[in-house]
Amino acid sequence: MGSYIPSTGEERQAMLQAIGLTSADQLFDIVPEAVRVKNLDLPDGLSELEVGQRMAALAGKNRIFSSVFRGAGAYRHYIPSIVKTVTSKEEFLTAYTPYQAEISQGVLQSIFEYQTQMCELTGMDVSNASVYDGAVAAAEAVFMCQERKRHTVVVSGAADPQTLAVIQTYCESRDVPVVILPAEGYATNPDALKAALTGETAAVYVQSPNYYGVLEDMDAIVAAAHEAGAKVIMGVNPISLGLLKTPGEYGVDIAVGEGQPLGMPLSFGGPYLGFMTCKKAMMRKLPGRIVGQTTDAQGRRCFVLTLQAREQHIRREKASSNICSNEALCAMTASVYLAAMGPQGIKQVAELCASHAHYLAGELGKLGFALRTGDKPFFHEFLTDCPTDPAVLCAKLEEKGILGGLPVDGGILWCCTECNSKADIDRLLAAIGEVLGK
Amino acid sequence: MKLLFERSRSGRGSTLLPACDVPVTQFDASLLRSAAPRLPEIAEVDLGRHYTELAKQTHGVNDGFYPLGSCTMKYNPRVNEEAAAQPGFTQLHPLQPLETVQGALEVLYTAEKLLCEITGMDGMSFQPAAGAHGEYTGLLLIRKYHQSRGDSARTKILVPDAAHGTNPASATMAGFNVVSIPSNPEGGVDLEALRQAAGPDTAGLMLTNPNTLGLFDANILEITQIVHDAGGLCYYDGANLNAVMGQVRPGDMGFDCVHLNLHKTFSTPHGGGGPGSGPVGCKALLEPFLPTPRVKEEGGAYSLYTPEQTMGQVRSFYGNFLVVVKALTYILTLGKQGIPEASAGAVLNANYLMKQLMGHYDMSHDSLCMHEFVMTLQGLAHDTGVTAMDVAKRLLDFGIHPPTMYFPLIVHEALMVEPTETESPETLDQAAQVFLDILAEAKSDPESLHQAPLHCPVGRPDEVTAARSPILRYSFDD
Amino acid sequence: MSNIPANLKYSKSHEWILEEDGVFTIGLTDYAQGALGDIVFINLPEEGDDVTAGEAFADVESVKAVSDVFSPVTGTVTAVNEALLDDPAQINEAPYEAWLIKVGQVSDSEELLDAEGYEAVVAAEEA
Repeated sequence: MGSYIPSTGEERQAMLQAIGLTSADQLFDIVPEAVRVKNLDLPDGLSELEVGQRMAALAGKNRIFSSVFRGAGAYRHYIPSIVKTVTSKEEFLTAYTPYQAEISQGVLQSIFEYQTQMCELTGMDVSNASVYDGAVAAAEAVFMCQERKRHTVVVSGAADPQTLAVIQTYCESRDVPVVILPAEGYATNPDALKAALTGETAAVYVQSPNYYGVLEDMDAIVAAAHEAGAKVIMGVNPISLGLLKTPGEYGVDIAVGEGQPLGMPLSFGGPYLGFMTCKKAMMRKLPGRIVGQTTDAQGRRCFVLTLQAREQHIRREKASSNICSNEALCAMTASVYLAAMGPQGIKQVAELCASHAHYLAGELGKLGFALRTGDKPFFHEFLTDCPTDPAVLCAKLEEKGILGGLPVDGGILWCCTECNSKADIDRLLAAIGEVLGK
Repeated sequence: MKLLFERSRSGRGSTLLPACDVPVTQFDASLLRSAAPRLPEIAEVDLGRHYTELAKQTHGVNDGFYPLGSCTMKYNPRVNEEAAAQPGFTQLHPLQPLETVQGALEVLYTAEKLLCEITGMDGMSFQPAAGAHGEYTGLLLIRKYHQSRGDSARTKILVPDAAHGTNPASATMAGFNVVSIPSNPEGGVDLEALRQAAGPDTAGLMLTNPNTLGLFDANILEITQIVHDAGGLCYYDGANLNAVMGQVRPGDMGFDCVHLNLHKTFSTPHGGGGPGSGPVGCKALLEPFLPTPRVKEEGGAYSLYTPEQTMGQVRSFYGNFLVVVKALTYILTLGKQGIPEASAGAVLNANYLMKQLMGHYDMSHDSLCMHEFVMTLQGLAHDTGVTAMDVAKRLLDFGIHPPTMYFPLIVHEALMVEPTETESPETLDQAAQVFLDILAEAKSDPESLHQAPLHCPVGRPDEVTAARSPILRYSFDD
Repeated sequence: MSNIPANLKYSKSHEWILEEDGVFTIGLTDYAQGALGDIVFINLPEEGDDVTAGEAFADVESVKAVSDVFSPVTGTVTAVNEALLDDPAQINEAPYEAWLIKVGQVSDSEELLDAEGYEAVVAAEEA
């Protein structure tokens, strides 16, 4: 109840008098009478106690699974305690975009640190301060590659379907032709890609590990694209980079991805974090906020929003992107996560994810869940056959408190992270065995 | 202030994870990265102190008055944070079976119903993650609508020259050409210019009302009528909804779609630049084109569906869900009485502060304002050399976040002041006094103001060097 | 008071033009660079691009603004001063040496001003 207005009714009356009015209604005299709200059909306000109970009841209607083997674009990882402690600090939580550098050095420095960490993780030169999510990052990257005579983007059909959907939405409105290269054996075929490239191809978008968990043949893909004069955008799971070859080492032009695995809870899909890093040559095409280092008049190091002339508030209808608010606190979350993990920790996470996934894949194979992707290398997700109806199997697992893999294409897309211990996996296997009567 | 990387000492860190309990997967060497990322190695205690120090160099709403025009920096209630931090929300996988996420779907469904009532719309999508994202989505609705009618001639979006920069940028992204409409001397839309511009090529109009001068355009019904008569649609930029929520609804003013900034009007924190949430609402005629998926309710059960002519997706999943949880908590708290009380409080506070400054500072317009007002320091700059920037920077020394500077572009030396309703009269009185003290300084010692701020951790940064020779990451080779 | 060399031609949109053997060298005037402030970046066309009289062919960025640069002639870009991409400050420091592009095969031109005519334009804007 109430509206977080500190002043009392009497005080407000005095303020009204001070501006020459007698009632609050007069503040809105300029609004045409015909459209003034007469009866707002909202429920009565609630006390804090009541609203807390109401929201707790809503949360209570959801089911939390203690055991999760589902990924497909959102991943349950361990979040170090310090991450939440830092990101719930009120200074960070309640600040606006750091336009006033002199009183925003904390936020600015943390974004600068985030940019550095993302460059290190992806092996690229430059990072922005984030965009809305991984799918939007991919779409924005496509726009970065537009050249006067090259507009088309060729997109791997083995990428996350939601990323494909967002790329299509964004490109349709700007008349950027999108060619979807059908996946072959749940992966991108570099020869088929080569055949799809033309002198009008601006960029190729490939995700690795792809939607089905497979590590794509990035060397061949990058070679084919660059030979045709097209840029390469690589979508990547940041956790995999604790271990696996970086986009920079593959020689791609832009790396993008969903940063949620870096310390953000699943949260039913958001807030998440779109990250974008690129080669230096494309720096000024990178959309969104970017923080740079400079000095003040006394020569003290400080940080500031820079390269702003690219942005919407200056370039208006000529801006290449309209992004304004991004996901700054999520970027800080990722930065604290990566700092807490350190180089060894991030490698350990990646190793645990991959090892648990490979253990599960091997054991599932014994139960008749054959890998659909043959001997292609995979990271922490993989697609298998399912000897019974996937929906029925998953429903049975849910009864046992296990969120199984995602039913995809008649099979199941499984995911393991460091949270799925051997004991956890063995429980899943036992439960599956029970369902199958084995 | 040291960077994380400068605090790093090889071999330090925390034990966060157990040893591997299954055979360790060996990837082919060609798939491995050649060197570890140079992430910092820091003990937890030092990591904690690092961020405590950074926090001390950050000014949030809880640190002091934050009258940043157009950004609605109101108090962010703590109960919202508690509601959103519940494991029943944070631990939900977005692809869980629907019967296991009924509470989450109910959050989206209820928030949609309440916000539709507040805006006078029929349907809403929470997929857009910020205001500009919402603008883009709303414009795609307009684009899809005209396309569905085979009306391919409507390629232009009319945007007043006082509009937020995101408006024209969003219109371009959505594939439209932008036609700028001049403001009249009262800061409103020039009706004659609008009539001239509106025609068979008009896809729609984007409007903020109250506008960026903080003025309500009393011609609003005529404006939307002109656009509708020309066959165009009207888009309401909800950035300034805090002035009028519960007083007048965009839908009743003739708007066909709106976006809201939940991180402004509905009290969710801005996080130093996001996450926000920019839901887009629309009238029934645009509902078939909304992003997929949408939530529906039948017999108390919630499920997802795809609108028949959907534009597709503008983001993955359902948007910034936890931000919606916070906004819903706020709306339920305020309810039918609190929502209009908040907007009335915002308008009262703005006028109260403006009144105290009027006669000392020049205002862009002297009439009653809505939730914010714009001062022009052109005269002061002319007389003393002290600019809007100088005054803004001096405010920092008094613990006040400056107003929005140099916006709207149509006002010279502009400072745009939005106090919001969550400030007490004594805070406003103190702020007014600071503004007046700075004005006195400007007249007695203009030179010193060019040096402001004097009491912040750093002085004004050299932005020219930052942009000419960008240093965008830490260099380990130093 | 800005520097307006007598040997050059000018456009009303503050570009200077030097014509030599049918090749038009185009840059920004001293007045223009002063009004723009510290230039931090410039977007230039590529060799072989066509430019049209009265239309923008480049834009210059200062910290808080971006401004179009208009071509006074219609033709084809024959050379681009790529040194400006790395060091746009040259435009501030020596505007009449820091040429932007050279245009050949010129088929059309807007009305160009001499130094005296341009001085009047500047005087009017400063008033």
